[in-house]
Amino acid sequence: MAGQILSQNLLPGEDILDIDPHPETTGRQARPLRFITCGSVDDGKSTLIGRLLWDTKAVKEDQAATLRRDSTGKQNELGLPDFALLLDGLQAEREQGITIDVAYRYFSTDRRSFIVADTPGHVQYTRNMATGASTADLAVLLVDARAGILEQTRRHATIAALMGIRQFVLAVNKIDLADYDEARFRSISRDFREIALSLGVRQVTAIPVSALKGENIVTRGDEVMAWYDGPTLVETLEKATQRTGQTTGFRLPVQRVSRPGEGFRGYQGTVAGGSIKPGDSVVVLPSGVEANVKAIVTYDLVRNAAVAGDAITLVLDRPVDVARGDMIAAIDQRPQTGRAFNARLVALSSDGVVPGKRYWLKAGSRRQRVMVRPTSALDLTSGNWDDASFLPVNGIGVVELDFEDTAIFDAYETNRETGAFILIDPESLNTVAGGMIDGKRSKSGRFDALPDADRATVTLPARLLEAFLKTDFARAHAGEIRVTGPEEAEAD
Amino acid sequence: MNVIEHGRGKPPLDPHLKALENEAIHIFREVAAEFERPVMLYSIGKDSSVLLHLALKAFHPGKLPFPLVHIDTGWKFPEMIAFRDQVVARHGLDLIAHTNPEGLRDNVTPFSHGSARYTDIMKTQALKQALDMGRYDAAFGGARRDEEASRAKERIYSFRTPDHAWDPRNQRPELWSIYNGMIHPGESVRAFPLSNWTEVDIWRYIQAERIELVPLYFAERRKVVERDGMLILAEDKRLELLPDEQVREEMVRFRTLGCFPLTGAVRSQATTLDEVIAELEIATVSERQGRAIDRDQSGSMEKKKREGYF
Ligand SMILES: Nc1nc2c(ncn2[C@@H]2O[C@H](COP(=O)(O)OP(=O)(O)OP(=O)(O)O)[C@@H](O)[C@H]2O)c(=O)[nH]1
Ligand SMILES: [Mg+2]
Repeated sequence: MAGQILSQNLLPGEDILDIDPHPETTGRQARPLRFITCGSVDDGKSTLIGRLLWDTKAVKEDQAATLRRDSTGKQNELGLPDFALLLDGLQAEREQGITIDVAYRYFSTDRRSFIVADTPGHVQYTRNMATGASTADLAVLLVDARAGILEQTRRHATIAALMGIRQFVLAVNKIDLADYDEARFRSISRDFREIALSLGVRQVTAIPVSALKGENIVTRGDEVMAWYDGPTLVETLEKATQRTGQTTGFRLPVQRVSRPGEGFRGYQGTVAGGSIKPGDSVVVLPSGVEANVKAIVTYDLVRNAAVAGDAITLVLDRPVDVARGDMIAAIDQRPQTGRAFNARLVALSSDGVVPGKRYWLKAGSRRQRVMVRPTSALDLTSGNWDDASFLPVNGIGVVELDFEDTAIFDAYETNRETGAFILIDPESLNTVAGGMIDGKRSKSGRFDALPDADRATVTLPARLLEAFLKTDFARAHAGEIRVTGPEEAEAD
Repeated sequence: MNVIEHGRGKPPLDPHLKALENEAIHIFREVAAEFERPVMLYSIGKDSSVLLHLALKAFHPGKLPFPLVHIDTGWKFPEMIAFRDQVVARHGLDLIAHTNPEGLRDNVTPFSHGSARYTDIMKTQALKQALDMGRYDAAFGGARRDEEASRAKERIYSFRTPDHAWDPRNQRPELWSIYNGMIHPGESVRAFPLSNWTEVDIWRYIQAERIELVPLYFAERRKVVERDGMLILAEDKRLELLPDEQVREEMVRFRTLGCFPLTGAVRSQATTLDEVIAELEIATVSERQGRAIDRDQSGSMEKKKREGYF
């Protein structure tokens, strides 16, 4: 069956329909669904979004007239406008016929509103793809039906998964140029399914499409693909869920301290996890000072509660020392604090990520110095994590972070807001990497995501231990398990 | 200190607008905290009105920790200037109005110099002068990504060289909601808290928050003349009529506000916010259609932005 949604727990080749029985409220009763298009260069990402905008009537008459005018001479054999021009708005993009930077577009159907980031396929602009992926709920990964899955397809799938995207749509595009061949579609879907499973992605919907002709985008392509009975792209997007990705207690990274007049002192920031109400006990980090919430102030009201996402001003019941970059957190569900953490990183600058160099690290409102030491890098062709001490541009690796003063994080898996960071080069001041915290690192090099007592202990002989630590499973659950060799288990 | 509550009795925002509002407030606070000399560009239009409202929210119960700059070309609609002065007085704002002195001296007008050169001298150059004079290192603007294809590419923190130039091929990565505010002396950032808002969002927010606007946004019988396919307001003596042009009275309103000789009105019966929104939802042309300076050619906005335009 096509258009299937796969579940991680299934054996390869087995499909079930796993549609959320309680789709979130849609329309304006929810925030817009954010998604990206990604995949290798020229696979038709911009054309797909252009077509989606066109078919959902998001293109106005004057814009359509401009499109027709700009398409002259570049018309394809079908006589259709070059829909990619609706996205590729920079002169350099038009000249070269490629996407260089992310375009953000907004559209809605009767059921839902969307923010789409159309990202570039060219490997040179991977940094811009990562920019789009970091905030997305879902990724539409395009593959040219004739070419199949390429290294860049894997790279984008990996970055999207690493950044926490758990819903993929595989759009097998240009199916018109592959004779609408069902077998071809199935074989690409099967290949991709394996990649997705290895990345821990639970939901994949595979759809055969022609972006250019608009088949299975908004309207069905039954006339040419009678064999396909799954959903169209837009139907899939309408049903997708939003990622919440916050399972931690209350978090407020302090952006600024407001002291407008005698007697008022408020801490301004956006709630990055959990919820809060007056009377709740909180801890200020890194100082560890405790206090209770006196009031939650906003322009509109003094509120009786605030939840993740709310931009608020928090007033505490006693004078404490709080500065920008501090974190106010639930007293009984604290984030991890320490000077050594482990993280995964995507290198985004041509200099790569250099061991021993002191970078600036910014997370939330906190900026501090850090030394970064890559320990392994992902080989995209084999899918293995190999030992590495340097990450080249576009490299994906595991790194050790060492801070000069206390750092405050949650694991990215448990909180995307307090588990993400960027690295800034101290000379160029450019953003050179995006990172996701795995957990705190203790002296022996272990993660400290959970207190030791709450972890499962895995004891392995040395020769297996090393191989085990390289598996995705070990990495994904690094904060929940305690891995020891036989000797260490005794020494502890 | 007594904290004022401005929203008593007002229904809560829908989640879509609330998310946009939260994001904008976050950006305001981040820029104000990280930069030494921020400033807000205030153009009096609907987007600026929303931007100002969000800024007031972001820093409440405090005052705005930065001044506003208005680039006054001398050719704005008179209602705009009157409205600006009211707003400044009501909120006790620190507003700096700047006009390019050389342009004024050389009598640069949309008629004498053509829209492209006029825009460059009276808007782009004037903006750069104002930013240089104040040594501002961050400037908030009300631009939205849905306005135009090159804007759709812009970051929330849009990095500018000491010459205020934008290099669209080399933008910094911008991941999650973590903004890199580190710059070298002389460089600056344009910050766009409304990046993810659409025109409809702006109008719905204005309605929900009861934000006041320049009356030109609502339909009224106004004197207009048709020129180059645009309906130009014919109430200012400086507008010289061409031989075959005739002033008519029509029910019109404006979707965007700029310099009156370059901003086209639309025929409309929408005199209330509800009616404006209803019209917008079935509109078949985009809002920038009424702007002469955007119509010159595809890519003209990008060119202006590379040169330092907003
Ligand atoms: N026949 C056919 N051509 C297509 C289809 N989709 C895209 N194309 C063509 O493929 C070419 C590349 O399309 P783009 O949309 O620019 O590709 P892209 O993936 O956005 O490329 P980058 O952003 O540069 O990575 C264009 O000439 C499109 O017209 C399709 O479904 N069928
Ligand atoms: Mg493209």
